[in-house]
Amino acid sequence: MATSTTFLDTNELVLNMGPQHPSTHGVLRVILKLDGEKVMGADCVIGYLHRGVEKIAENRTYQQFAPYVDRMDYVAAVSNGLGYCLAVETLGGIEVPERAQCVRVILTELNRIASHLLWLGTHALDIGAMTPVFYCFREREEVLKIFEKYCGARLTTHAFRIGGLQYETYDTFEKDCHAFCDWFEKKVDEYEELLTTNRIWVGRTKGVGILDAEACKTYGVTGPVLRAAGVEWDLRKAQPYCGYEKYDFDIPTCANGDTYDRYIVRMQEFRQSVRIIRQAVDSLPEGPIKGRVSKVFKPPIGEAYESIEAPKGELGYYVVSDGSTQPYRLRVRPPSFVNLQALDEMCRGCLVADVVAIIGTIDIVLGEVDR
Amino acid sequence: MKELLKAVFLVDLIKGLAVTFRNQKPSLIYTEQYPKERPLVAERYRGAPRLNVHPDTDETLCIACNLCALACPEQLIVVGAERNKETRRKELTTFTYDVSRCMFCGLCEDACPVDALELTQDFELASYTREGAIWDRQMLEEGPLPTEYKH
Ligand code: SF4
Ligand code: SF4
Repeated sequence: MATSTTFLDTNELVLNMGPQHPSTHGVLRVILKLDGEKVMGADCVIGYLHRGVEKIAENRTYQQFAPYVDRMDYVAAVSNGLGYCLAVETLGGIEVPERAQCVRVILTELNRIASHLLWLGTHALDIGAMTPVFYCFREREEVLKIFEKYCGARLTTHAFRIGGLQYETYDTFEKDCHAFCDWFEKKVDEYEELLTTNRIWVGRTKGVGILDAEACKTYGVTGPVLRAAGVEWDLRKAQPYCGYEKYDFDIPTCANGDTYDRYIVRMQEFRQSVRIIRQAVDSLPEGPIKGRVSKVFKPPIGEAYESIEAPKGELGYYVVSDGSTQPYRLRVRPPSFVNLQALDEMCRGCLVADVVAIIGTIDIVLGEVDR
Repeated sequence: MKELLKAVFLVDLIKGLAVTFRNQKPSLIYTEQYPKERPLVAERYRGAPRLNVHPDTDETLCIACNLCALACPEQLIVVGAERNKETRRKELTTFTYDVSRCMFCGLCEDACPVDALELTQDFELASYTREGAIWDRQMLEEGPLPTEYKH
């Protein structure tokens, strides 16, 4: 398009949103091209939180790198740890005991709940519903308490080690999980009462930021965003890991692929996670919690890629080994980073105020986008 | 018709407010009055490090094996040791731990074969200087002194 670019040309206004904007969920800068109130395009500028995690991996042993992955998606640290451990275990051909797998499932599902809770709270806050954020954080607190009792940390948990677990479950672990599930189910009803039929909520989210199935696949978008567009794709079913095939759960999907549908999908995922946790806690087998891993762990020369269904989408770890104690190369496929690409497509034609809703609905964590 | 009545009588608003009022119960309030009221952290909490001493003899449990320093991803532990001429055993002389760089991952604690190094339930690690965050052996053995807040 040949447009004149003198400063008198007022057709298009370029506006910076962020990096300090409160609803960019961290340090994301979006350059918006506006025609009046209408968004003509959105460019993301990322990298404000870049720490070179992939490079750090090359200078750490396999065990030593495990705490760093928690710091990528710090809202879902347990899922990150699981993805990394699975990749290294595949690389080294390590067998993980049943009990460890079961505990891993429980903790990652709890983490999925915690991550979605943070999303729901902040997303509702962005749109203007002040109340849910307090409730969500209160419920999230309960999950974090379970983490704290289990592994001694709340956010950057470092709960899993290569080969299994470091910590045995604490005495009241099963009871706590059940109590949380019972209590939390009622709370999900409460959130739905607050939002699902709320006219302002529906008005602000229905038909906003539509991304259809075709576009999702083109951009490589995964997770709830993809499922809201009607694609039944969940790695827990598609390529089960950690014994997910043993549990009975559904993949919630919707059809329209708008912000409201993504909300519905995540609300359903709360309930599915609760279902999985209940089954896993009831079937928690006895036995060892750590497989055989030597202290000086040297996987054979080769490479491995393992991906899991993190709360935000497909989280993959690609590890290359040169036979030494340190990875030769490590690459992360973060769901937030890939999903963020679709922002431009989703924003086009929307109003400025909707951009906030759309950024919220993708559910990004900048620590993971920038790594 | 039903929709209209719902809209006129603000049914969704009232429903929402009912939830709000239901949650005003004191038992559902989680805010802690922090300096006045200290939170009770979990038993396994990974907080300030401590170098354990034998409860009776006050001798350090550390055997200066250096495993914790090797396990640490940040390489922030420095173990100084000297070989005792008589007993031919390595004895701990200095031990520094840079709390400012520590990420409390617990790898050093796991590596210690004699449970000398431990991450405790203390969580108040603030210091006025950067040097103050580098803990020496004495500090690690005694632990930080909790500040009493006056108000
Ligand atoms: S907790 Fe982790 S980072 Fe801190 S000293 Fe121990 S091993 Fe190093
Ligand atoms: S691992 Fe334990 S015993 Fe060995 S040097 Fe460290 S604190 Fe001392």
